Amino acid sequence: MDHAVKILVVEADPKRAEDIMDALRSGGWGDVTVVADAARITETVAQINPDIVLIDIASPDRDALEQLSIASDARARPVAMFVDQTDEDLTHAAISAGLSAYVVDGLQKNRIKPVLQTAIARFNMMSKMQSELSAAKRALVDRKTIDRAKGLLMQARGIPEDAAYALLRKTAMDQGRKVIDVAQALVTSADLLR
Amino acid sequence: MKVRDVNCGYLPLVDSAPLIIAQELKFAAEEGLRLNLIEQPSWSALRDMLALRHLDAAHMLSPMPVSMTLGLGGLPARIDALMVLSVNGTVIGASQSIANRMRAAGWADDFANPALAANALFAAANGPLRIGVPFPFSMHRLLLNHWLRSHPGFTDDSIQIISVPPPRMAEALQNNELDLFCVGEPWGSVAVQRGGATLVLPGSAIWQFAPEKVLGVRHDFTWTHAETCHALLRAVHHATRWLDKADNKPLAIEILTRSQHLNLPEQVIEPAITGRIVTASGRVPVETPNFLLFHKQAANFPWRSQAAWIAAQIADLHGVAPGPAMDAARSSFRSDMYRTALGPIGVDLPGASEKLEGAMSHETAVSSTRGHMILGPDAFFDGQIFDSPPEKPLNS
Repeated sequence: MDHAVKILVVEADPKRAEDIMDALRSGGWGDVTVVADAARITETVAQINPDIVLIDIASPDRDALEQLSIASDARARPVAMFVDQTDEDLTHAAISAGLSAYVVDGLQKNRIKPVLQTAIARFNMMSKMQSELSAAKRALVDRKTIDRAKGLLMQARGIPEDAAYALLRKTAMDQGRKVIDVAQALVTSADLLR
Repeated sequence: MKVRDVNCGYLPLVDSAPLIIAQELKFAAEEGLRLNLIEQPSWSALRDMLALRHLDAAHMLSPMPVSMTLGLGGLPARIDALMVLSVNGTVIGASQSIANRMRAAGWADDFANPALAANALFAAANGPLRIGVPFPFSMHRLLLNHWLRSHPGFTDDSIQIISVPPPRMAEALQNNELDLFCVGEPWGSVAVQRGGATLVLPGSAIWQFAPEKVLGVRHDFTWTHAETCHALLRAVHHATRWLDKADNKPLAIEILTRSQHLNLPEQVIEPAITGRIVTASGRVPVETPNFLLFHKQAANFPWRSQAAWIAAQIADLHGVAPGPAMDAARSSFRSDMYRTALGPIGVDLPGASEKLEGAMSHETAVSSTRGHMILGPDAFFDGQIFDSPPEKPLNS
């Protein structure tokens, strides 16, 4: 369990906010910020960059969070929510659909913990998928760049493909750089000369 | 007749009127439906409750079925738009200080000219314009995009979009959190009355026929409860037809004011229903034709081409491939189901399910199942025409 997660709680009622803070602390989550003023959500999220946001499912300010979560860098941030009733079906459906619902029937601390754990597990899984996906995308882009660089060399020097690649690799080794960096430099200069 | 319950989510806006009228004037009951209107605190909550099956149907922003079907933002789900509930009905307003600077830059305060308003707006801006919209996937956002992007002064960092719940728009403007907003009525009129806002344009000045709200249901629900969907379509059709009759407007305002669904005073409901918009405190109302359409000009018909336009805009804003997005969107606007439900009761239906969006600068007669019908105007302010035929023709 990663207890270093930064949590933002959006809660206008000070008493309730206090209860949630207590529950979080007793669960081992210490890095918690509470924002009561709805108008400050955007600003606060930008400032502290929380890993998880807890907000009442009935809060109209959820739509402001929606804006933040579709902003490019925040795609993976989970939004866990308070569902202020015991509704097992809804909770189950929400969690299996990927939302991290959070049941606070009279704010029982023992119920906060498992749901938050689910939220964090999901967050970690999503981050992993996200980084795997960007690695895969990166590899694809790299391969295209290398192919273009090979093409440029084949054309300019009249050499076959394997010789072009060998030349790229040798240049990279001689200069102590990566093949992709050499290829990128070549493609960039070719674009400049066009 | 067996009575079927339909749990329908809505947000308290004037354009939820078709659902309120369908319930209050018993159009739903006549179709054997018990229409339970359930107020939602936010569009995110409405979306999640629909996706999680706690709602059967919902009053939705027209881009929501498209964005949900594309899996963008929050819970993904295949959502069908059975019909358009309303066309137009939004306003763009400016804070007192921006409006004053716009006037100084030569803006005529005419509530009519997007190109001139954009000139003045960019001249008045000092730094990124902070613009409030109710939800990232909304016609408000798309209209702003279409309007501002066409201006030579526009760059990606010249605007900053902020989601603000509609009831907070007036306050956010007053607290200097926003320079501009686009919102559905009554919240523009409220911002004028309480927040010192000046209304700059009606949404209809940017696009004369913008589908604003749709009736959304889960795609699996349309399969398993087709009869219920048909009954719901008929009930809401009767309600929108009733709403657009001039004689019924005073009574409509009365019902909307009295029903517990909106909880808004008469003076903020009236402008949207009558199209007489007070653009700044103390002014004479501006007569705004087609400010909000519930039924006229085949307003309820879910054109596949409207869905394609929405998808093209969303694809552009969120960096997804436009082709597949447009195809997915087309199939989520259920013109086929609309025809199946309303054809047998003699409703006039357009001959095609796609049109060139933006091609009609005037009212135009087109062929229909009963001869011909009047459509349009539907022009964009910059004369753009949106034509992107589907990859493969859809049935109907």
